[in-house]
Amino acid sequence: MSLLKVDKLVTRLRNGAAIVDGISFDIAAGETFALLGESGCGKSMTALSLMRLLPDGVTNAGGAVAMDGANLFDLPERSMREVRGGRMAMIFQEPGLSLNPVMTVGAQIAEVLALHHDLKGAAATARCIELLGQVGIPDAARRVDEYPFQLSGGMKQRVMIAMALAGSPKLLIADEPTTALDVTIQAQVLQLLRETQDGLGMAMLLITHDLGVVAENAHRVGVMYAGQIVEQATREQLFARPLHPYTQKLFAALPDARRGGQPLSAIPGSVPPLGSITQGCRFALRCDKAWVLCREQTPEWAIVEGRGVRCHLYRSAEERVLSAESPRDSDRTLGTQHSALKSQHSALLQVSDLRVHFPIRKGILQRVVGQVKAVDGVSLSIPQGRTLALVGESGCGKTTLGKALLRLLPATAGSVQFAGKELIGTDAARSTMQMVFQDPYASLNPKMRVAEILEEGMSALNIGGDSAARQAHIDGLLDKVGLARDSKWRYPHEFSGGQRQRIAIARALAVSPQLLICDEPTSALDVSVQAQILNLLKSLQDELGLSYLFITHNLAVVEYLAHEVCVMYLGRIVERGATAEVLRAPRHPYTQALLSAVPRIDGAGREYVKLEGDLPSPANPPAGCHFAPRCAKRMDACAAYPAETELSATHIVRCHLYDRKD
Amino acid sequence: MSFQLVFLWSDKLIFLLLAVAVATAIYVRRHEHLLLPWKRVAKNGVAMVSLLVLSLFLLVGLLDTLHFRSALPQTGGGEKVYSPEVLSVFDTLVGPLRTHTEKTYSEPFALTLYAKESMTDAHGNILRDYPRLQYGGAHLADVSQRTADVAKRALIGGGLGLLVGLLSFYLTHRTVRCTSGCDLAVSIATLLLTTFIGAVVSLATVYHVLGTDKVGQDVLYLSLKSIRTGLIIGTVTTLVTLPLALFLGVAAGYFRGWVDDLIQYLYTVLSSIPSVLLIAAAVLMMQVTLDTHPDWFDTAAARADMRLVALCLILGLTSWTGLCRLLRGETLKLREMEYIQAAQAFGVSSLRILTRHIMPNVMHIILIALVMDFSALVLAEAVLSYVGVGVDPSMISFGTMINAARLEMGREPMVWWALAAAFGFMLVLVLAANLFADAVRDAFDPRLNRTETAT
Amino acid sequence: MIAYLIRRILYAVPILIGVNLLTFALFFVVNTPDDMARMQLGIKRVTPEAIEKWKQQRGYDKPLFVNSAAGGTDQLTDTIFWQKSASMFVFDFGYSDDGRSIGREIAKRMGPSLAIALPTFLIGLVVYVSFALLMTLFRATALDMAGVALCVLLMSVSGLFYIIGGQFVVSKLWHLVPISGYAGGADSFKFVVLPILIGVAGGIGSSSRWYRTIFLEEIGKDYVRTARAKGLSELRVLFTHVLKNAMIPILTGVVVVIPLLFMGSLLTESFFGIPGLGSYTIDAINAQDFSVVRAMVFLGSVLYIVGLILTDISYTAVDPRVRLQ
Repeated sequence: MSLLKVDKLVTRLRNGAAIVDGISFDIAAGETFALLGESGCGKSMTALSLMRLLPDGVTNAGGAVAMDGANLFDLPERSMREVRGGRMAMIFQEPGLSLNPVMTVGAQIAEVLALHHDLKGAAATARCIELLGQVGIPDAARRVDEYPFQLSGGMKQRVMIAMALAGSPKLLIADEPTTALDVTIQAQVLQLLRETQDGLGMAMLLITHDLGVVAENAHRVGVMYAGQIVEQATREQLFARPLHPYTQKLFAALPDARRGGQPLSAIPGSVPPLGSITQGCRFALRCDKAWVLCREQTPEWAIVEGRGVRCHLYRSAEERVLSAESPRDSDRTLGTQHSALKSQHSALLQVSDLRVHFPIRKGILQRVVGQVKAVDGVSLSIPQGRTLALVGESGCGKTTLGKALLRLLPATAGSVQFAGKELIGTDAARSTMQMVFQDPYASLNPKMRVAEILEEGMSALNIGGDSAARQAHIDGLLDKVGLARDSKWRYPHEFSGGQRQRIAIARALAVSPQLLICDEPTSALDVSVQAQILNLLKSLQDELGLSYLFITHNLAVVEYLAHEVCVMYLGRIVERGATAEVLRAPRHPYTQALLSAVPRIDGAGREYVKLEGDLPSPANPPAGCHFAPRCAKRMDACAAYPAETELSATHIVRCHLYDRKD
Repeated sequence: MSFQLVFLWSDKLIFLLLAVAVATAIYVRRHEHLLLPWKRVAKNGVAMVSLLVLSLFLLVGLLDTLHFRSALPQTGGGEKVYSPEVLSVFDTLVGPLRTHTEKTYSEPFALTLYAKESMTDAHGNILRDYPRLQYGGAHLADVSQRTADVAKRALIGGGLGLLVGLLSFYLTHRTVRCTSGCDLAVSIATLLLTTFIGAVVSLATVYHVLGTDKVGQDVLYLSLKSIRTGLIIGTVTTLVTLPLALFLGVAAGYFRGWVDDLIQYLYTVLSSIPSVLLIAAAVLMMQVTLDTHPDWFDTAAARADMRLVALCLILGLTSWTGLCRLLRGETLKLREMEYIQAAQAFGVSSLRILTRHIMPNVMHIILIALVMDFSALVLAEAVLSYVGVGVDPSMISFGTMINAARLEMGREPMVWWALAAAFGFMLVLVLAANLFADAVRDAFDPRLNRTETAT
Repeated sequence: MIAYLIRRILYAVPILIGVNLLTFALFFVVNTPDDMARMQLGIKRVTPEAIEKWKQQRGYDKPLFVNSAAGGTDQLTDTIFWQKSASMFVFDFGYSDDGRSIGREIAKRMGPSLAIALPTFLIGLVVYVSFALLMTLFRATALDMAGVALCVLLMSVSGLFYIIGGQFVVSKLWHLVPISGYAGGADSFKFVVLPILIGVAGGIGSSSRWYRTIFLEEIGKDYVRTARAKGLSELRVLFTHVLKNAMIPILTGVVVVIPLLFMGSLLTESFFGIPGLGSYTIDAINAQDFSVVRAMVFLGSVLYIVGLILTDISYTAVDPRVRLQ
């Protein structure tokens, strides 16, 4: 007996474009149903349709949603308000923006209690504290009177969950509940959601773009593409053998170490704009298995082996094409290890004891009362043609480090040598190092043509010869990053996110740098587009012998791309070594926690190292080992900051667990 | 008739503004992404109708800006002497309106003066009656014919106007095509306007359509002349505001540190003085300066004009702070944008970053602020003139018209037409400007157009 | 928080010094006292003796900044700057051209100014916010459109029209209240009611539209969606969540003008013959009484800066982020 039954739900924009187009699924009590899809595929709008909370300009245009037998779309608004927050609760992606900033946490939860349980006064306060305790907020009695800005991101999401639980809902809709959070916090929040669900027997609609999150949390999965569910199956079925070409591609696009130097199988192009495809299969344009029929006729929903799929390949059991093999099998057949430009391994970039501190000013006269030690004594080196990944959670100082290397921020102390030349304090050699930024929408000036963007560096540094030579160079750059030459006369807003990131890479390459600092270059992109960019970076490295400093929090990308890894925590590097060493045999408890927090699509068989609490403020780091307060293995020696311990020629860790006894 | 061209200070500034506007328009036309928001404006029917009305006002204002002095009749071979009276092309176009002055007040469409006078009739008897106007309705024998005559003339004029409208439509519609949506609204508005103007023109030749004022001047003429004053106040002021706000705001936001402190201090000091008082104080001082140097000007018009320009200067100097603060805030945000950092990583100079990256990206704020300020300034002129710190009392403006008419409020029956005309013209001008400004804001505000830019 | 407030208050001092210097420069450096005398006495027939007498009567015969003729501290104090400008810091405004003490006049006229300005402000705030809330509640409907259209129309009408039109209709046609004048005590009601109404009406257009924009901006934020997802009614969402957050931008514009209410309104007071500071200023401008204008400029900026400090304090009341950090 299903708790929620969605039948042919359609949601339209005012101009008639269907952003949710005939979605059907159902969820049983105690079950987690995941809606998986890339940005803009309509999964959030599906959730908001269920709650009848569509934003202005988006309207429900058909279908039925039955909960406990009652059709939600037939309820008057007054009764619907009892459903919202009562029988059906929702948590959102950005906990920082989803809480009212000027109301205390307690008051916001109490609203739900008053509304749905008629609980007021002291009883409500007591229940608030109980709920906060239940979602794992320490010192709940004090926190209940605090404002959202006093809580960390993870805590805010816990408060959101507490608020959702306050109405004792039968169904919880979680819309990308952990996307805005760091991996270790994500693991905490997901675990909390699982435990709560088990405890209360709630049904959950989990909306996510992350296959790993699906693998660890969902019972059944609906894969969405361009407003439709293209495949629906149990988790086991889906992960054992995805049927729809899109799902197969999604799996294949995930980077991981096994594929080493091989290109990822990226999906060409990007998600089509809403409502642009009215005829045929919506994935046909990007599908390598598509044939004429796919473009002419919209595929029907087909039931294959007890699971649903929307693809002409499976029109009927007889016609089924059996070539839909698991992507992981196909990978192993491609075996040739790529031969990278064999470099001489002498350091191209040598950073020693770099510090970047920001003063904290306080009081009437704004005196400096302390320092935020964003980067606090970092040493690293990158040889030519190699990739060093810098891994850490937000706030650990990795972006600051990257900017300090580029001299976008002044270094407080330390030295940065490039090919033997000291860079700190000079303005020389700007062309040797360039940066690719995180947000392709913010990193290109919307008022400049692509050609102007690419030429800017050359003219600022006075290189590239006369204007004809520069134009030729620009054409070459566009070829290199896989964009049409005539795109140089266009403006950034005409390009998709992935294409913009290609332009940003071309801009950096325009001045022929030897080292690229890539600051989370794929974190704003969809998985399928991420694979395109990673492939591009990899092939550019092979072709041009570039070195990369790859700043990221995504360990899967690290495995795929990096030769060496540095793990950063609160401004310092706590472990570094060859990628295989650090990721396969992590030694520092923080690295171990970080690795175990990453949701894996192969889910099983790993030990989960739970990490308590949040990243402390770099303005006031814990004395001694910065990680000690969150560390399960802390001991007395941790009162002093540990020195470096060499575990192998390449593997170095800073932890007292590995102190030499001699 | 020979004449001598006169370029008053305000004329030069207007032409400068016009040149800047034309140059900008040409530049924008060549750049697709700059043209995009304007296309959104063009799709907005209300905005295009407002623009139509505004351009009519602008046309009157511009015609009124081409000044000259005509030569006096030669008195025997000597050097050419020019009349001390400075006229504009507009004055000559509406000739009769300007020259047909009565003795004193008369109601709209009146045949007689507003007050009774003692007269001697043909028989030598002295009687008190309303004397006939010298020009207004002089072709009629008596009042009873008026209604029919007004209707007839209005119909003929309106008909001709409609015809002209349709003709212009026919001539232009093939080349100047509206993108979509606004077509109908603009077409109807154009026809209505040409019909209305036709009717008014036809009536104004023989009647005082809006009556006459205390010294018998035609109120319609005064109202039309006021347009130029309002336009100048609303636009020339920006010549002062714009560079100050732009350079100081952007510099404060980009360089931060002591530059920011200094600029912030400057605008906090200026904005802490209530603006009316600051303007009043500055205008009083300006008056002292002008009064103590009567030798600077050769005509009364030049003097009044100088005062107008000085008023714009003062308004500009006292009103740049708001825009400056806005631009500073925006620049603070922009300087953290990744494309600025990418430029810094290339070692691009600060000046180049300011001109290539920051200024183009704050232009929409400037534009929105300017169109929004325009109507506020037109309204402010009336208030300031009333307070006594506005334009020269001899200069025709909405403020001086209201000020003069207000004194007659107490008379029975009330002299309402001058007030009504001034307020009415102002309302149409300001309303059109406000509606247009709204459309511009909607089209340029990136927050409102996110969906369109993101795809 | 205390340190924050102290810093804000200390910041006011250099601002006031700046205002003082600016006004001094405007009144005494742009034009010399001689120019002013000549202008006041009539440019044509003026003798140097008359100018000297005029200056002496008003204390303008001293040097601007440094009196080298005097000794000791008098070198600095026996100057126009010290006696006319610096003295304003202790609210010593000197005498107007008709010989009255400006300070006493200001104290006397604040009452009538406030009697008009304060009710106008309070009633106005309630009316504007309510109207804006109403439009927000019915956003994107015909009612909202009509409301916005009305606002644009109202804000396109000159402020003078509201006064003249109001006087004409209410006083002259309907004979409900006197056209102008003022009396203290209970009688004052019939004199102040029309100016207040007109003051409120004059602001509806721009203020309501501005508040509506603020509300709409807030209503698009994520926390509002959360509030709706709890099952709160639209009205509750608007009043408990949106209004509370919108208070922050609203206060920025509102609190700062509260001290300036003492200054009254130039237009209203002069049209209605209210003996307040607004009409005092207008009279001074028309009579070209520079001492009074100077005093009012300084007083105005003092009140504005007090308003800025009050704004900062009011933030601490509505915004926990300011209060607790």
